[in-house]
Amino acid sequence: MVALRSATRKRSRTGSGARQPGQAGRRRMAGSSWFWLGFAAVYLLVPLYSTLQFSLQTGAHQYGLGWYGYILRQPAFRQSFVLSLRLALETVAISLLLMIPTVYLVHAWLPKLRPLMEFICTLPFVVPPIALAVGMIGLFQGAPALISSTQILAFAYVIQALPFTYRSLDAGMLSIDISTLNDAAQSVGASWRQTLWSVILPNLRSAILASAFLTIAIVLGEYTISSLLLFSTFAVYMQQIGTSQAYAAAALAILSFFLTWLAMLGIFFISRRVGYRSAVGMTR
Amino acid sequence: MNRQAIRWLGTVPFFAYTAIFLLIPTGEIIVQAFRNPSGSFTFSNVRGLFDAQILDAFETTIKISLITAVLGGVLGLFVAQAALRQGGPLWVRPVLTTFAGVASNFAGIPLAFAFVATLGSTGIVTQLLNSLGLHIYSHGFTIYGMIGLSVTYMYFQFPLMVLIISPALEGIRPQWREAAVNAGASSRQYWRLVGLPAILPSLLGAMVLLFGNAFSAYATPYALSSGYINIVPVLIGEAVNGDLSADPQLGASLAFGMIVVIAAAIAVYAVLQRKAARWLR
Repeated sequence: MVALRSATRKRSRTGSGARQPGQAGRRRMAGSSWFWLGFAAVYLLVPLYSTLQFSLQTGAHQYGLGWYGYILRQPAFRQSFVLSLRLALETVAISLLLMIPTVYLVHAWLPKLRPLMEFICTLPFVVPPIALAVGMIGLFQGAPALISSTQILAFAYVIQALPFTYRSLDAGMLSIDISTLNDAAQSVGASWRQTLWSVILPNLRSAILASAFLTIAIVLGEYTISSLLLFSTFAVYMQQIGTSQAYAAAALAILSFFLTWLAMLGIFFISRRVGYRSAVGMTR
Repeated sequence: MNRQAIRWLGTVPFFAYTAIFLLIPTGEIIVQAFRNPSGSFTFSNVRGLFDAQILDAFETTIKISLITAVLGGVLGLFVAQAALRQGGPLWVRPVLTTFAGVASNFAGIPLAFAFVATLGSTGIVTQLLNSLGLHIYSHGFTIYGMIGLSVTYMYFQFPLMVLIISPALEGIRPQWREAAVNAGASSRQYWRLVGLPAILPSLLGAMVLLFGNAFSAYATPYALSSGYINIVPVLIGEAVNGDLSADPQLGASLAFGMIVVIAAAIAVYAVLQRKAARWLR
């Protein structure tokens, strides 16, 4: 590897004068690059392989899909999964309803509010989910109808998704020429609601879809808040299975990994179209 | 009503929502941290944070977060840089980006299971190492110890770094390297004098984010250790939901302590970034 690296260096040093500007970086990929990429691949793939092997192990040296069938037959699995899926869709709906008009108004008409909005939308990084759960329990214990309904989870997840939703929509708004679109819409007599619905929204489709996929991935894996508020979401069910049945738990982990893949592939195909990236989420 | 007033009104739902579900609950933590069960003001909850077990929990949590933020940050930087290098196959970058997105979101409970299957006492890699004569469990390794936890956290830490730092690395213009190379700089000199200073602010910011990410992790350590590891989020979970030991005041003061630590990390970052900015000028 050392020899390879010094060879590359020598070549680029002697060859750079003869090349076109901007071409100096175009040389063969160095051995060290392959080393780091290989290391990353091993780190990311080995635990997956191990989990897969665990999940397929139905007996001593016996392999099959038995654990997957077992999981899918559990009523508790279906209930918890449906609950998480419902919460994911509700979270996406509330997030978008709340954020799209606000981000639009701030970008188009109220730029003075942007720093405040940005500050609020970064706060969920400062207040960890577990701390937020403590605060919500303290605050809403006087409102049992709210705290004992699963609805509260969707409300909390909107906060968890806030930094990502905001960043995605903010970047989306910045990438379109909002004032020209506004002026054009206004010159034909559109109100701000009409402008938002039929001019801005279609232009934000990629940003909206990307943030929706990321939100779904976050909510489907969320454990902290739902376990503290004593609800049986998908992740809470997974944890309970894990305490008694390691192999079934591995099958659940593979299922969950597959779902995360689907969401990220969705983001990847959207971002490939518009050259836009926002897969930075944190489930913890 | 004039137009501008209607626009202001349009932002009310957002501010009301974040007030109810983010700002006021955060205020509630702080209020409860300074209040005794009967409702009057007290310092005793916060003084209780200086109990030996709790201090130990804060120390362990901060250590794991620092280690995985720095190691994850450096590894993520190298991996991102390797993928951005020209000359490799074109599929490397999209595959890495998508995989990093999956890995940084694949945290919590399933990640804990994955590492039990890998490095648990009957895990695949543990068995492989055993057959090679390396018995890590007889050398004090456990998947729910500090090393095991750090190795597990790295699974989401370094991919997160890849995602955050790639845009900054892309911002480095090839002309800078050409200029450095033409002036006779080696690759090492180029990075030390040009490349690294240029991305230093982003690098520091990303590491603070990684620190906070590990510091607030709850699901992964809880599932790995069945709640037996002494770190702050697990203590909070116990204080809130513990069968025998429910203590909301302790939970609130621990949560308050977490917010203070993260705020301190951000303050350190702000100071460092200002220094870095001055140095760049």
